[in-house]
Amino acid sequence: MITKDRILELLDYVKDPEIPVINVLELGVVRGVEVDEESGRAVVTITPTYTGCPAMDVMAADIRKELLEAGVPEVEVKMSLSPAWTTDWITEAGKRKLKEYGIAPPEKTADIRALKGEDPVVECPQCGSKNTMMLSPFGSTACKALWKCNDCLEPFDQFKCL
Amino acid sequence: MELNEALFQFCLRRGDDTHVLSHRLGEWCGHGPVLEEDMALTNRALDLLGQARNYLQYAGQVEGKGRSEDDLAYLRNERGYVNCKLVEQPNGDYAHTIAKCFLFDAWHLPFLKAQLDSKDEQLAAIAGKAVKEATYHLRHSSEWMVRFGDGTEESHQRAQQALHDLWTFTGELFETDEVYTTLQQAGIVPDLGPIKEAFDRTVNEVLAEATLKRPEDEFMASGGRKGQHTEHLGHMLGEMQFLQRAHPGAQW
Ligand SMILES: [Zn+2]
Repeated sequence: MITKDRILELLDYVKDPEIPVINVLELGVVRGVEVDEESGRAVVTITPTYTGCPAMDVMAADIRKELLEAGVPEVEVKMSLSPAWTTDWITEAGKRKLKEYGIAPPEKTADIRALKGEDPVVECPQCGSKNTMMLSPFGSTACKALWKCNDCLEPFDQFKCL
Repeated sequence: MELNEALFQFCLRRGDDTHVLSHRLGEWCGHGPVLEEDMALTNRALDLLGQARNYLQYAGQVEGKGRSEDDLAYLRNERGYVNCKLVEQPNGDYAHTIAKCFLFDAWHLPFLKAQLDSKDEQLAAIAGKAVKEATYHLRHSSEWMVRFGDGTEESHQRAQQALHDLWTFTGELFETDEVYTTLQQAGIVPDLGPIKEAFDRTVNEVLAEATLKRPEDEFMASGGRKGQHTEHLGHMLGEMQFLQRAHPGAQW
């Protein structure tokens, strides 16, 4: 029988296509899972990270594919805009994996600083130094900013705080 | 005017504003003055495109005639587009592009902040996402205005020229008409008074820091909301809509 727990287990395997070390649950985009236990029909509600994030369509398709292949008879993926996703919804495990992958994770609710136009204090994911500087608020994808470490001199991506 | 018709028109306006500016910024892809700026402008273009999709999807839903976001984006002609004239202006040099963004952002951010309180849940939700992006946008364009204005003699002169050329298009951002007042009475769109104050504050502060002069309010261009555009929009749409016109219904 298809249960909600089973669906959550399967969602563990659906990765963010742009950052393939974290899955959709760790990214915090899964807003709800409903299963009709009789028919096995599953409805997964997800929320976009960034408005124009091209990865959302891919994530929706990947969720459908994963569940259908695992034998869920009918799958619907809904997109919901509200309440708006924030980087605080990335789980602790997700943040740890981002860091291991070389992306500085977002600081908790640092958006206050960002909204005031100040740079957050960001730790270099390579050497741990806090002596870092932002090179550009726009990085390789819509969700990342480009930073540089003044100690180990390596550039790195930072997951922008929203 | 009927509320539903007004809501449809408003969604088209916001969709067209964001879509047209997105396309203009996308024209810089591969041509940016430095790599970081190339990425910054394409990132901004992507944010705006996402916002445009939200507005146009919603417009199609409100209209209820089965038109999709793509139908609305690719199958309306120039006279059917209702964006403000500011966003359709050609990119020009980098100072022109940045000044256009700056003037747009200085209006867009306070507008979105006010739209958060819209009685229309979907418009409030769209603003909830977009307001964070617009915060980054305004910061980016403000920093460049200061860098150009307070930079070399050449960069200062070009930034001043850009402001001079584009200022005439800022009046339209604060115009109201029957569509707007109908929605405002229903609590769906915000009072433009406080938004104009926020715009003035941002413009004055940033231009002061940039040592640039705020242009005088003289003749203000109008008509974009009625589908009357400068000659530039038609050329832009010709390129943007080519594929759907030449191969109707084409998909990825
Ligand atoms: Zn380092």
